[in-house]
Amino acid sequence: MAEVRTKERTGDPGGVGFGGWFDAGRVWTRARGSRRRARLTARQRLFVGIAVLAGLVVYAVLVPIIAGLDERLVDLAAAGSAPSLEHPFGTDQAGRDLFVRTAAGLRVSLLIAGLCAVISTVLGVAVGAVAGAVGGWVDRIVMRLVDTVNAVPHLLLGIVIVALYRGSVVAIVASIALTHWAPVARLIRSEVLSLRQREFVDAAISGGASRRWVIRRHFLPAVIPQAVLAAVLLLPHAVWHESALSFLGLGLPPHRASLGTLLDEARESLLLGSWWTLVFPSLMLVVATLAVAACGAAWRDHVLPRRRAEEWA
Amino acid sequence: MITRLGRDRRRAVGRMAVRRLLLAVPVLVLTSVVVFGLAAASPFDPLVGYLGDRYLTAGAAEQQQLRDTLGLDDPWYEQYLRWAGSLLSGDLGTSRSYGQPVADVLAERLPWTVLLAGTALVLAVATALMLGVWTAWRQGGVADRVVTAVAHALEGVPPFVVALAAIGIFALGLSWLPVAGLTDAGAAVSVGQVSRHLILPAGVLAVSQLPWLLLHVRQSLIAAFGEDHVVGARARGLPARTVVLRHALPTALLPFVTLVGTRLPELVTGAILVESVFSWPGVAAAVVRSAMQVDFPLLAALTLLAAVVVLLGSLLADVVYTVLDPRVAADG
Repeated sequence: MAEVRTKERTGDPGGVGFGGWFDAGRVWTRARGSRRRARLTARQRLFVGIAVLAGLVVYAVLVPIIAGLDERLVDLAAAGSAPSLEHPFGTDQAGRDLFVRTAAGLRVSLLIAGLCAVISTVLGVAVGAVAGAVGGWVDRIVMRLVDTVNAVPHLLLGIVIVALYRGSVVAIVASIALTHWAPVARLIRSEVLSLRQREFVDAAISGGASRRWVIRRHFLPAVIPQAVLAAVLLLPHAVWHESALSFLGLGLPPHRASLGTLLDEARESLLLGSWWTLVFPSLMLVVATLAVAACGAAWRDHVLPRRRAEEWA
Repeated sequence: MITRLGRDRRRAVGRMAVRRLLLAVPVLVLTSVVVFGLAAASPFDPLVGYLGDRYLTAGAAEQQQLRDTLGLDDPWYEQYLRWAGSLLSGDLGTSRSYGQPVADVLAERLPWTVLLAGTALVLAVATALMLGVWTAWRQGGVADRVVTAVAHALEGVPPFVVALAAIGIFALGLSWLPVAGLTDAGAAVSVGQVSRHLILPAGVLAVSQLPWLLLHVRQSLIAAFGEDHVVGARARGLPARTVVLRHALPTALLPFVTLVGTRLPELVTGAILVESVFSWPGVAAAVVRSAMQVDFPLLAALTLLAAVVVLLGSLLADVVYTVLDPRVAADG
């Protein structure tokens, strides 16, 4: 059984996904005579992910500028036209060009999602580091709060927040940021708890370092790679969350293009046979999600080569 | 794999369940405080919710009188205690958006959500087990590669996109199945009607949960292939079928039970989106409507209900796990 290589990380087919899958028990399949497939290395996956993401960002930023069109421009003469050279993604029921509108929507969605991912990561790191470092009743209360946030499905809690603070981008950002910090806090807390056992921390404390000093100089720098990873992996969730809220009519107002509002409109135009209103925005959403996830997975392999993937799903 | 439990073990599992239920109490209290606190701090005026359209026509004196009667100017903790007290005594309040008591709304709509989510969960688990075993068995084969690639790609597709695509293909393109609703327009609620209308939403909800379950089964099965008892069974020359289904699968299934428990919040999230796309008359669709109209009593009841479901689900998963696996200590 020398050939059984447990806990070896290999690429996913297609190079995407949240999970890092291990390849134990390969002997089983070798015995069945399957061929080894060419796999992408972590580095290659990172490059592919970054390249796709860069392409999307260029599209989202440059197209609205170059096209010189307002994404809100209504042209009823061209309403509901199928993809053509003039309108590569077709137009919606009000004749707005979807190539430009999707770019604008992607930009809004990515901006909101990026902001939310950063805020909830910072929040999670702060809460987790304090809980882990202080311990005692502070830790117990914080962990109960984490349980509470986890017990209510994120989208539902998000809906409650946007419903009560209606109609502002701040409410949307808060609704996403306030529901996604809990897993980060739990992760950082456990990391800090294991750091507390380390000798250099003992040394610092016996050298007279204050708690604040230990948190700032020893705990925070040590958890930064994890925090960056958490932020990257949160990004697709934030994109989803924002588009789900807008899709349900609880997010951005309909005239503001975001991937969610575009898909909400596609709900009706789909019934009129305009398949392109669904296909292109959702393609952007899916490609962006998968590209970010691929980058996150590759980055995780890079910073945490031996750690099993946390459940971020 | 069902082991007969000794009396001590049964007691230990029971104690664990009771302890977990007790731990759920502070979580639920905290959930209600968070929901109430969010409402109390929001710029939304509860009087608008109470009066509805009459808010604009009611005079300032009348409004103030109502405020006093309803105790809206009391400190927040008194309001919270009053609200929580009536919640505990079974009075969930009146839903403005549906114009009937919250309890009636729940009684009317909950069965449809249970039907939808239950069907979807069964469908997802069954498919995940079948495909998971198959792909792990034939790891590296064409089917494995196709299924895992599709599953990984599906992880990136939100449920509402799946739902719209399914409507576009199966309802509009091929005209096989109805677009939305519980029955055809005007038709009476019957088993045939409902089951025809159930296929698409339940299928979409199942597909949105499938990738995680499927990849997990496949992965833990592959890991189980490397374990000593499985290698031993193979070495003794048992048929591959027996080894996979009787030796590897039981160990691989244990973490799967926990996973199904932890996926419940995602199932609720999926149900909200799927019910709203398919106009399914369940409680999840009521979330969206009550949020649109800031119907606080209904929204709060639904949030607490979801928290109860999630907590019970994870408790159930842990109890099942402990009952099935004698190695697990029942003190978690």
